[in-house]
Amino acid sequence: MIVGLDMGGTHVDAAIIDRGNIIDVAKTLTDRSDLFGSIWDALDHLLSGKDMSTIEHINLSTTVSTNAIVEGKTAPVGMTIESGPGMDPSFLSCGQENIFITGYVDHRGREIKPIILDEIREAAYRFRQNGIKACAVVTKFSIRNPMHEIQIKRMLEDEFCPVTLGHTISGKLNFPRRVFTSYLNSAVYDVFKGFCGSFKQVMEKKKINVPVNVLKADGGTICLDAAREYPINTVLSGPAASLLGASAFNRDNKDAVFLDIGGTTTDISFVADGVPLFEPLGITIGPYPTLVRAIYSVSIGLGGDSAIHVEKGELTIGPRREGLPMALGGPAPTPSDAMIALGLLNFGEKGKAISAMKRVGEQMGMDAMAAAETVYEKMGDIIKQKVDNLLADINSRPVYTVKELLYGKKLKPEYVSIIGGPARAIAPVLERKFNLPCRVPENYEVANALGAALAKITAEITLLADTAAGVLSVPEVGIYDRVDRNFTLDMARQKALELLKEKAAILGAEGSEIEPEITEESCFNMVRGFYTSGKNIRIRAQVKPGLQCELRGGNYA
Amino acid sequence: MLKAKNRLGLVFFPAFDWAISSTHPEREERLLYTQDQVFEEGIADVEGIKFINPGMATEKDVQRVHFCVPDVTSRVTESHLISAGGAIKAAEAFMEREVDKAFAIVRPPGHHAQRVVFGDRGFCIINIEALMLENIRQRFGHRRIAIVDTDCHHGDGTQDIYWNDRDTLYISFHQDGRTLYPGTGFIDEFGGPAAMGYNINIPLPPETGEEGFLYVLDNLVMPILEEYKPDLVVNSAGQDNHYTDPITNMNFTAQGYAKLNHRLNPDIAVLEGGYSIEGALPYVNLGIILAMAGLDYSHVKEPDYDPGKLKQSPRTTEYIKKLCETIYQRWRKKEDIARDALKTLNGREYVARIRNIYYDTDGIMEEQTQKFKVCPRCSGLNTIHSRSDWGYEIFAVSIPRDACPACIEEGYKIYKETPEGKYFKIYLQDRVNDIYMSQ
Repeated sequence: MIVGLDMGGTHVDAAIIDRGNIIDVAKTLTDRSDLFGSIWDALDHLLSGKDMSTIEHINLSTTVSTNAIVEGKTAPVGMTIESGPGMDPSFLSCGQENIFITGYVDHRGREIKPIILDEIREAAYRFRQNGIKACAVVTKFSIRNPMHEIQIKRMLEDEFCPVTLGHTISGKLNFPRRVFTSYLNSAVYDVFKGFCGSFKQVMEKKKINVPVNVLKADGGTICLDAAREYPINTVLSGPAASLLGASAFNRDNKDAVFLDIGGTTTDISFVADGVPLFEPLGITIGPYPTLVRAIYSVSIGLGGDSAIHVEKGELTIGPRREGLPMALGGPAPTPSDAMIALGLLNFGEKGKAISAMKRVGEQMGMDAMAAAETVYEKMGDIIKQKVDNLLADINSRPVYTVKELLYGKKLKPEYVSIIGGPARAIAPVLERKFNLPCRVPENYEVANALGAALAKITAEITLLADTAAGVLSVPEVGIYDRVDRNFTLDMARQKALELLKEKAAILGAEGSEIEPEITEESCFNMVRGFYTSGKNIRIRAQVKPGLQCELRGGNYA
Repeated sequence: MLKAKNRLGLVFFPAFDWAISSTHPEREERLLYTQDQVFEEGIADVEGIKFINPGMATEKDVQRVHFCVPDVTSRVTESHLISAGGAIKAAEAFMEREVDKAFAIVRPPGHHAQRVVFGDRGFCIINIEALMLENIRQRFGHRRIAIVDTDCHHGDGTQDIYWNDRDTLYISFHQDGRTLYPGTGFIDEFGGPAAMGYNINIPLPPETGEEGFLYVLDNLVMPILEEYKPDLVVNSAGQDNHYTDPITNMNFTAQGYAKLNHRLNPDIAVLEGGYSIEGALPYVNLGIILAMAGLDYSHVKEPDYDPGKLKQSPRTTEYIKKLCETIYQRWRKKEDIARDALKTLNGREYVARIRNIYYDTDGIMEEQTQKFKVCPRCSGLNTIHSRSDWGYEIFAVSIPRDACPACIEEGYKIYKETPEGKYFKIYLQDRVNDIYMSQ
């Protein structure tokens, strides 16, 4: 059996699953002042009376790191940044202390200028003077040659912890994002480490001895120990849990829109051929674009409780929530009131909902029911319009080859999956607007917990072999090695898949569940003068994201 | 994150799956390191910079500019249409005010492609800037346009296409044709009878550096542009004046290119040549992107950048100063020069332009005679009679954008009356009505 737990802003949801069958679920309120206690509340509910020996592992989706960032409860970080030539790097100052050093590595990973040891000593001195413990070191093109980062770490690691190195975060090129991601990782390190420690303590006390995995924003998991080193990967995992859960009810290989409609917001995601669509580079956390791989999810300020206003005959819904629907005694008319008035939802006082709609109607010169219809239609229009805009964006993402430009995949949804409170009430209007079938799963209220439970270990690696320079680098696993001149694309594929399996195993994956795949590959002939001097081989491989097992049905009590 | 001062549209299309041949300078690898640099800098995250995919130019886009022998489909590959389509997309984003400026980093280049196309010259088959400009003139209305070509090679294709068009001022900086392909671009190549003075060549001596290029820009190009008052400025941003370029002999730098672009302040830039794929392109392209976006480019420097070593000799400086003065005086006196030239016509209606054109990439030699009608009401009907050494002989009639009714009528008459069978193919290009035919 697997336990899945998703900590949201208002609820903690937990579920136990056995070979695809939902055995039991629990839901408790989130206490923002005691996130840790909230998790154990839900787990205690769920696990009471269960045979612990049958539990394989626990998957957690937590907001610990996210909340630390949002609430500014992060550690001060000392940044050592080597920017080389390019953009003015001053906008990268994200730490409490930011030391810009003069070394320089170019786009092929060649060292152009070495690091100056005195600059690093000076950096250490400034960090020490400011009482900083957490550091991050990021150099431009470190994924092509991590030696400067490694050298600097050796000088800092005895005194500072953690020392996050940019090249270990991601194999993708994007220096500013690498700086911000490394910063955030060091900034939340202590908070998350504290959480891990407490969690293990309680487990010991309760004599629960099973592996614990943490959900990442890309919908995969990593074991608690790996998460402790790279806690930044655990931020914003909620939308991933929700999408995974919803996709558990929709097992096919089609393109689709996934909507999670709540009280305040609607989250929009997509699946392409049944696989969740990712952010191209990484998720944005507060003001920081990062390299944290994440499921693509866009939130709009439109939900059941969004406030409705009419100005000069023009109806607006959201983006703010001003309180409960009027049917529940709230201050402003809401879409929920409209749907209650129309008989599509059934809670609160219908009379109050109708008078809410009357109020809206008076400003628009129509009766209450017509106003309710107008609100209902408008909700559908807003969502459809937003989804269309996102699709247009996604389908015009930059491509770099003739083949992709002419024959590349275009996302074309064949159905809409809707979860969340008003899902069933809103499905009919969306079905009309999208002219696509809308699916509302039976047990959508447990989707998030289910998503967490069904998530599996994911990992990604980036291999670059430059046979002209004789260098092989795989930054995510710390490989920077010599490579033979005769290294081929095929050998590179093999190597990438092997390394990926190793990495996944370290992250907690068991052999059978690893499905490695090559996601990108290219091989360029390098010509200098009129002769071929080598090959530039680039490969990206991942453990195929998705669900651990099929969901069979919702036969829980 | 950073915010760009100018909203910049970037069509970045490295065509990683296309090459002329596997070891040709125009190969898959050409923009690989540029992409690495652009990605690593996080350009895509700068607020206001937008990546735009190229479209595909159409057959009609090509016919507006070229006479392809035997036809568009057999001469032009998908990659060429995408490169031109990329330039068109960039210009479209600019014209629709979606962005303040646009830069098309596309390949293959186009500025050696002339009006008649028998094959590939100087790695070019179709002129991507010309396709772009004629496309937007067709869709967005007429524009007075200046093209400033900063490629190291003379843009003989662009010169040919706009030879007799005074609404398109063509200014080319390049290494002196006596020392480099294509061997043209001298100051006396000054434009056709209707546009004399509107084709300006600036042949620079080998080893011209930052100082020389910026001198030419400040003391010659900018004053001319001020007088010309274009609606639109396009930079043909070839990057082979760079000191590391393997097939040229100049000493220009990334800083220099960025400064040049910044001062020129073009609305649209289009990449042309540039084959120092590791040492120059990543830095030059980055410099131009930052300059166009209105961001600080002062930190963009090549690994081996050494201003002392790249300083040009006083002799070169002196030569360039004199050259600029000569060219500027010719520009000022263009009306007189045109009047004198017309006096020599002695009542003939047509001015002939006779040339041999070599297609270096494909090894074709073309013999060509263009005839421009001297018309008091428009820039004049013109014809091309051309024969390649592969045996094709063609005749083309071209009615310019501003043609008067008489020239239009005459154009159709010549086209219809040219006996079939005399040529391999006969073409009619009616720019007034955007109609293209051949028989």
